Amino acid sequence: MTAEITPIKTAAESHLAEAFAAFRGGFADDAVAARREAAFRRFEVQGLPHRRVEEWKYTDLRALMRDAKPLAAAPDANAKARAKSAGNIFAAVNARRIVFVDGALVPELSDLAALEPGVKISSLADALGDGSSELTKRLAAASPAEGDVAYELNTAFMGDGAIVEVAAGVKAARPLHLVFVYGAQRAAAVFSRSLVTVGAGAGLALLESHEGPHGVDYQINTALDLVVGDGARLSRIKVNAEGDTALHLATLSATIGANASVSDFAFLSGGLVVRNQLFVRCAGAATTLDLGGASLLRGKQHGDTTLMVDHAAGGCQGRELFKSVLDGGSRGVFQGKIIVRPGAQKTDSRMMTRALLLSEDAEADNKPELEIFADDVQCGHGATSGALDENLKFYLMARGIPEKEAEALLIQSFVGEAIDTVPHEGVRDALAAATLRWLKGRS
Amino acid sequence: MGEERAKEVYVSLLEIKNLTVKIDDREILKGLDLVVDRGEVHAIMGPNGSGKSTLAHVLSGKPGYEVANGEVRFEGVDLLELAPDERAARGIFLAFQYPLEIPGVATMTFLRTALNAQRKARGEAELSTPDFMKRVREQAAKLSIDPELLRRPVNVGFSGGEKKRNEILQMALLEPKLAVLDETDSGLDIDALKVVADGVNRLRSPDRAMLVITHYQRLLNHIVPDVVHVLSNGRIVRSGGSDLALELEARGYARYQDEAALTP
Repeated sequence: MTAEITPIKTAAESHLAEAFAAFRGGFADDAVAARREAAFRRFEVQGLPHRRVEEWKYTDLRALMRDAKPLAAAPDANAKARAKSAGNIFAAVNARRIVFVDGALVPELSDLAALEPGVKISSLADALGDGSSELTKRLAAASPAEGDVAYELNTAFMGDGAIVEVAAGVKAARPLHLVFVYGAQRAAAVFSRSLVTVGAGAGLALLESHEGPHGVDYQINTALDLVVGDGARLSRIKVNAEGDTALHLATLSATIGANASVSDFAFLSGGLVVRNQLFVRCAGAATTLDLGGASLLRGKQHGDTTLMVDHAAGGCQGRELFKSVLDGGSRGVFQGKIIVRPGAQKTDSRMMTRALLLSEDAEADNKPELEIFADDVQCGHGATSGALDENLKFYLMARGIPEKEAEALLIQSFVGEAIDTVPHEGVRDALAAATLRWLKGRS
Repeated sequence: MGEERAKEVYVSLLEIKNLTVKIDDREILKGLDLVVDRGEVHAIMGPNGSGKSTLAHVLSGKPGYEVANGEVRFEGVDLLELAPDERAARGIFLAFQYPLEIPGVATMTFLRTALNAQRKARGEAELSTPDFMKRVREQAAKLSIDPELLRRPVNVGFSGGEKKRNEILQMALLEPKLAVLDETDSGLDIDALKVVADGVNRLRSPDRAMLVITHYQRLLNHIVPDVVHVLSNGRIVRSGGSDLALELEARGYARYQDEAALTP
């Protein structure tokens, strides 16, 4: 006789189980379904992570996610109408916009016409509906984020997203902007999954923005599977401007080939509870990786950046610079783990995080980790947190600049150092303007 | 009636009475008196620790100093009530002994923000970009400042001389009524000192007063003061003409330190 231990489920866990039971009835019994099933079982074994789970130590999801919202319905006309001005942060960048409302691709709001040769864009929902074998293969490929709770839930519930392929050697002339907007007025949950493949020697600038209404406690779980081929260039800039009570869990799962150049930058100012996690595997040698971010938080916002960089091949250069500005009672979390596998010699990896605390009640948590199994590498990390420099503030004020303006200048310069790492001038300008807007909202 | 009017007319630019200042409960200035009028250049000399920089900081409103007693009036207004930016807008300028580096803020942006903030505080219109650029270029050229420096973040990677010249550039653009120069000669070689001193001398005018704080007499060979004060142990213990500086250079401060120490 075996004793079966039934863990006590939280309300959110029970609702997720019910939602999954209802959801699985709706799809065909195919390979993708089996993956969903397996992912949900793995989630059920772990449950929602809490503070005793090391990877989620500072973001106790069990406490922060009290409830699981029902899956979002297809967007109605009103929701679509509200989405018209979405993604405007990059209005000045000549990007091709693909718009998702409540998780579903909306062709009439998207710019899918006259795609450049070598660039393919389609909907994940369509591919799932067709039972595409290519998709099954792609989803079955090893993913660096596998095993992560948020990612498993995403696999279990994924609805729609963009499938983007840039053929080998093709440099996409225009940036591609994935616009995600929550348009419903009632709280629901959205699980979106995008798959982006940049072929060998190809190039792509990928923009991603997430936004939604204030005062609606909707839940976003979004994931991006990224495969970057040998010698390819990819830059991704993600802006989180979710509504002020939203929950946003985002996962990047990236596998990068040799001699590639990849940069990722996250600008975070929206949402109530946000976790942006990056799982990046440098599978090929001599690749350059630049990861960065700027988080501007206030009120009760909780913003977590968690990254796992896995150097599996030698000669790669990694640069990580993350800045956070924490006002009010906000909390900024940074966890960065760098793994250098045996044989990944000549890895050169530097990680730096800086937190600027604007209030007594703000909190910055920082956990850098290095796991180095090769002996000829250069790896370093640094972390600082502190208040605005009073001497610098005095210098500015002694020149006639009023206190608030002096603080704003210093905050801009602090954030600017991170924004300057973004390899696209128009995007840098847009992020600098977003920083200014945030500063104007400071009381 | 006639007397009333006379009082209004003869308000000194800067009037310091019995100023007593503490840092962490330690008295640094111990009842300092000083009057500076328009058009005058006053030098404050004194040994290390006599309170020279404290005086400069208190005048410009740096936090961390407790004024335990006395008053400071600027054109008759109680200066100690004003925030540093308000003092600047009224015409007080402090040239820093150690100008700070501000990464991420271009020098040009800094100059423009400062100038326009002061203009706004005085109810004046902002300068147009071409007007502003013209002024900056003119003044920078006079101080032999490479225009490329103005595009760089404030003082970041500047040499000691460039930082001090940048202070004088700010002073030239902001056109203060009272310029307080805190050890402007420190860290400068003789050529750099001459450029800076020439810059300061060009700004001398009947409407502008200067308070030149220095340990050494050599700066005063280039910026010749109208009045020299000896500050020792938190008080002005002697005042005289520019020849007093020469005497100090020859004999040192020891004598005044003894005198000050004897004063209860």
